[in-house]
Amino acid sequence: MTETPYILQAKNLTKIYGDNVIFKDICLDVHKGETIVIIGPSGTGKSTLLRCLNLLTPVNNGQIFLEGQEITAPSVDADQVRQKIGMVFQNFLLFNHLTALGNVMVGLTKVKKMSPDQARRKALHELERVGLADRANHYPAQLSGGQQQRVAIARALAMDPLIMLFDEPTSALDPELIGEVLGVMEQLAREHMTMLVVTHEMGFAREVADRIIFMEKGRIVEQGSPEDLFEHPQHPRTREFLGKISELYGKKEKK
Amino acid sequence: MGRANSLPIFAIGWQRMLSQFFSYILQGTSVTIAVTLIALPFGLILGLLLALLYNYGGFWVSRLAAIYSLVMRGVPPIALLFILYFLLSGRLINLSPFWAGSISLGIISSAYQMEILRGALQAVGEGQMIAARAIGMSRLQAIRYIIIPQAIRLAIPPWSNEASIVLKDSSLVYAIGVPEILRRAQQLSATTQQPFLAFGAAALIYFLLVFLVNRGLDLLAEKTKLPTSMA
Amino acid sequence: MAFLEFFVRFLPDLLSGMGMTLLLTAEGVLAGFILGLAATLARTYAGRFWRNLAIAYIELFRGTPLLVQVFLLYYGLPGLGITLSREWSAFLALGLNSGAYQAEYLRGSILAIGEGQMLAARAIGMSKWKAVFYIILPQALRLAIPAWANEPVSLLKATSVVFLIAVPELMTRAKLIASRTYDPISSYLAVAILYLVLVYLVDFVLKWLERRTRLPGLSAVGEH
Repeated sequence: MTETPYILQAKNLTKIYGDNVIFKDICLDVHKGETIVIIGPSGTGKSTLLRCLNLLTPVNNGQIFLEGQEITAPSVDADQVRQKIGMVFQNFLLFNHLTALGNVMVGLTKVKKMSPDQARRKALHELERVGLADRANHYPAQLSGGQQQRVAIARALAMDPLIMLFDEPTSALDPELIGEVLGVMEQLAREHMTMLVVTHEMGFAREVADRIIFMEKGRIVEQGSPEDLFEHPQHPRTREFLGKISELYGKKEKK
Repeated sequence: MGRANSLPIFAIGWQRMLSQFFSYILQGTSVTIAVTLIALPFGLILGLLLALLYNYGGFWVSRLAAIYSLVMRGVPPIALLFILYFLLSGRLINLSPFWAGSISLGIISSAYQMEILRGALQAVGEGQMIAARAIGMSRLQAIRYIIIPQAIRLAIPPWSNEASIVLKDSSLVYAIGVPEILRRAQQLSATTQQPFLAFGAAALIYFLLVFLVNRGLDLLAEKTKLPTSMA
Repeated sequence: MAFLEFFVRFLPDLLSGMGMTLLLTAEGVLAGFILGLAATLARTYAGRFWRNLAIAYIELFRGTPLLVQVFLLYYGLPGLGITLSREWSAFLALGLNSGAYQAEYLRGSILAIGEGQMLAARAIGMSKWKAVFYIILPQALRLAIPAWANEPVSLLKATSVVFLIAVPELMTRAKLIASRTYDPISSYLAVAILYLVLVYLVDFVLKWLERRTRLPGLSAVGEH
């Protein structure tokens, strides 16, 4: 096994759907403990990229390496790989027939084959981590959107993934619920979880990201630290995009 | 013989009728219930298998399932019953009319149950499958632990409709000589010369059975409903 | 192939029963519609007596098998002194049975149209029954078409049970052929194919009708 500082590496990823090139020759390196935020206009392939990274959607070309091992090789068991990559969806996708605790436990008992007691303890621990231990016995329909999303995060964390992927985790939430989810994500970043986040929340990007990637029309236009991108954007499109966003949300105070 | 002749036929008739009622029609009731209790689960298992094949099988497999459904639902149940009965009680397999009839009804019902279940599977939604795969479940695990439990709950109302239909269709096995309620009613009508009461009683018993089935399944739907209010 | 020969040879014989089958179906649909409409209107808008009568009718005929209803009319009524011919027993049973089911379809659409329409109609001075006939029903009937379209097909299949009282339709002919040729499987298979063809023809025609009468903006009630 190759020693590598990269948790995840993507080389020349290309995805074509019918006549549309969703993205082409994308290269991405994610270091251990890094928080990368991907921003950009909607429909530019950001979500698809995430789904390709955890093999939910196949790529047409390119390779993905998890801890140095190629996961796009034909002999690889994709189900096993997905245990090591956590994913949080825009519309939560909690299992409706299970309680919050049940949602977090099901992967542990059925996939990792833990004993029910072990699984329950771990599940409660993860629910505490996201601040929802007291809602363990509630069903998704009885939880608010923000609570559902936090349970979804706990569910993904319970599998002890190497990296967490977030696909616009707050886009489907009422404004006053966004904060609680971003708070959990911020906490994870502080705990040095490796994270790849697609979002429109610029405040989060600015405060929490180690690196920001600006993607448009299936290509990486520019990437860099938050300071670099927000204060000295190189590419004109980056400037334009961030300029419009800043106008909309109001500029943050300069350091 | 004197007074006996002047007694209204009813007075003697009632006693006779009551005892015959109990022996004939209630026997028929247990046969009807038995037929239904064989046909329904048979149809459920076969229907579930077909629904899974339709939703998750490959192109050809789901085509086959679709054709099965179209054919079995496009032919009158009694015609299918006869065909299957003669097949199942012929030279290759020799089943009694009771078993041949019950299994045939099950096969017929499987096509309707397939439609109900595949609708329910689809209603659960693709997102649930995606979320299950995302935590590392295989397709099979996702279907078993995530999709089916939700689909079953969605399927209960239309399924209870199908259950009462199977109960009513069980009367068709009359035509192959199975001694269920209707055939018993006919025998009762012959011995008591009271056809209206005999067949009326048959109708009443069916009505009661259907009522009980509907109520029972409504209760089941209530009990297994997922809580929806914000606690 | 043996079955093909069989089929071609007995097709004309079978077809002689088709007329009666179609007649029974058409009559059942029509009588059922009238009865079903009356029952549902009684149930939704009439006074207590008629409402309860309608509910009793609907529950009784939906809660018992068609075959039992046929037998009750043909074998049972003579016990009360009323004797019906085979054909009339079949007509009545099919009509009454279908009416109970059609009543439910129509009730669903009337409920879907909603109280608001009735309120608006009364507000411009219409009487209750005028509102029903000029405002509610025109919308409800159109709304019911997709779900209702199942009924003619259902009836077509249901007519097969009347062969047990020897009404000369398709199944009866099949049975006769079976007893003459001692080949029940081929006979019933042949009639099954005929029914299949009929069912899909009727279904096709109904779907065409449904497309033609669709009102823009008024979508179908949740069916079934």
